[in-house]
Amino acid sequence: MKQRFVNLLLPLAGIAMAVAGWWAASQAVPDLPSPLRTWEESKLYIVEPLTKRGETDQGILLLAWYSLMRVARGFLLGIAIATPVGFLLGVSSTLTRMFDPIMQVLRPISPLAWLPLGLILFQKSEPAALFAIAVCSMWPTVINTMVGVRAIPQDYWNVAKVLRLSRTTTFTKIILPATLPYTFTGYRLSLGIAWLVIVASEMLTGTPGVGGFLWQEYNSLVYAHILLAIITIGVVGFVLDRLMGLAEARLRAV
Amino acid sequence: MAFIEVTGLSKSFTTSSGTRHVLRDVSLTVEHGQFISIVGAMGSGKSTLLALVAGLAPADAGTITIGGEPVRGIRPDSAFVFQNYSLLPWFTALENVRLAVEAAFPALSRQDQRRTATEALERVGLGTALNRRPRQLSGGMRQRVALARAFATRPRVLFMDEPFGALDALTRETLQQDLARLCSDGDQPVTTVMITNSVEEAILLSDHIVPILAGPPATLGAPIVVDLARPRSAAQLAHEEQATQVRASVISTLTAALARPKASAGSPGRGPVALAVVEETR
Repeated sequence: MKQRFVNLLLPLAGIAMAVAGWWAASQAVPDLPSPLRTWEESKLYIVEPLTKRGETDQGILLLAWYSLMRVARGFLLGIAIATPVGFLLGVSSTLTRMFDPIMQVLRPISPLAWLPLGLILFQKSEPAALFAIAVCSMWPTVINTMVGVRAIPQDYWNVAKVLRLSRTTTFTKIILPATLPYTFTGYRLSLGIAWLVIVASEMLTGTPGVGGFLWQEYNSLVYAHILLAIITIGVVGFVLDRLMGLAEARLRAV
Repeated sequence: MAFIEVTGLSKSFTTSSGTRHVLRDVSLTVEHGQFISIVGAMGSGKSTLLALVAGLAPADAGTITIGGEPVRGIRPDSAFVFQNYSLLPWFTALENVRLAVEAAFPALSRQDQRRTATEALERVGLGTALNRRPRQLSGGMRQRVALARAFATRPRVLFMDEPFGALDALTRETLQQDLARLCSDGDQPVTTVMITNSVEEAILLSDHIVPILAGPPATLGAPIVVDLARPRSAAQLAHEEQATQVRASVISTLTAALARPKASAGSPGRGPVALAVVEETR
């Protein structure tokens, strides 16, 4: 009982300190809204989270939902490419040697750099955003899947060998289940990156969502809403990671 | 012609630190339905020899024939039992055995495949553990699943690499008895090559014991016949005169080879001289 109380109290104390720091900063910088002002100006968005008042003037959950859907599409596109690529690189050292340098060069490129390229390629902002999300978020899945295939114990390969399993059976009954936990860790990391990219891509393309909202409110000088957007992005990202973590734990328990 | 004939087999591995000759000019014959044990110390090249005979790895020189056909890979009528069970953890006991049955008898209906696998598990006393996963089974039970998987495909040849090496002494003994029963149970005799470092295990199960003399490169000693009535029991073997003689003969052959200076193994004029890399990489 006491332990649980402490477990609850300590994070709350941390949050209180962070808010205090925020308040102190707002006293020093006149343009930065204090926590209280932020709450007052954002209240409408939080107490009516699903109300649509205009194209960008919407409840915060509605905005987050748009962003989530965009992330989901970009993320699914990313892992749909990354998973098979990861398996191929895992089984073939020739392919790995061929593509590893390219991967290492593409991996650190910022979403801000991919976005204009996406706009050139697809002419429209929505597919460009998906392109940027997919390209940025696919790497952890590629790499984790590849590592997962390489980490398959020799014992399992021996089973495939002595039972003379076909290529398809070896893949579905041995490689796939043995790699799944690694791949899933890749998915979790990829989703984290996809969520990072969403803000940048919405800011640049001006599409409705938390990121787009953030940029628009900055341009209309409603600084409190920037903080609201930032906190929302953080909370949603945290919840996503926790959900993926739970799914991952279930998977490993099998 | 013997069922398994191995002549002049050699194998070496080349690594960055040099070439290691694991086996040189090894010959071996196994008659149809015989159970032979290759006994030797760890790192003597036993596993390499078994892998070559089973077709898991290619030899550098020499010929291997089984049933008159040269070995070019793993035979469909063979089965393999590994020391570390090698069960797939995401499958239940039944699914593990079914995987082997499906691969060996693709023409059977799913129902028949399932029944064959179930029967194989029942024969090793695991009829009530069909749906348990390997991690829910003890070491002995896991190796029983591995035995069931091997025997479910009704192999003509069985290769076993230290099958009970990871088990405690008591479990080991019951599994040895199970194995002896499985080998004599079937409608067709199973020709078995087992690798072990336990002389007792070899005496309990084999028709012939072949000592492997530590190298590198390793060579085989003359086969020692175990002419004891079956079924055999460990208790009986402890007293029987003939078992004592076999034991003494195997141990003296093995220790004599160990006492011999390493250099003499690479006698001149028989291929490249072995570099003394003793550690066997597994």
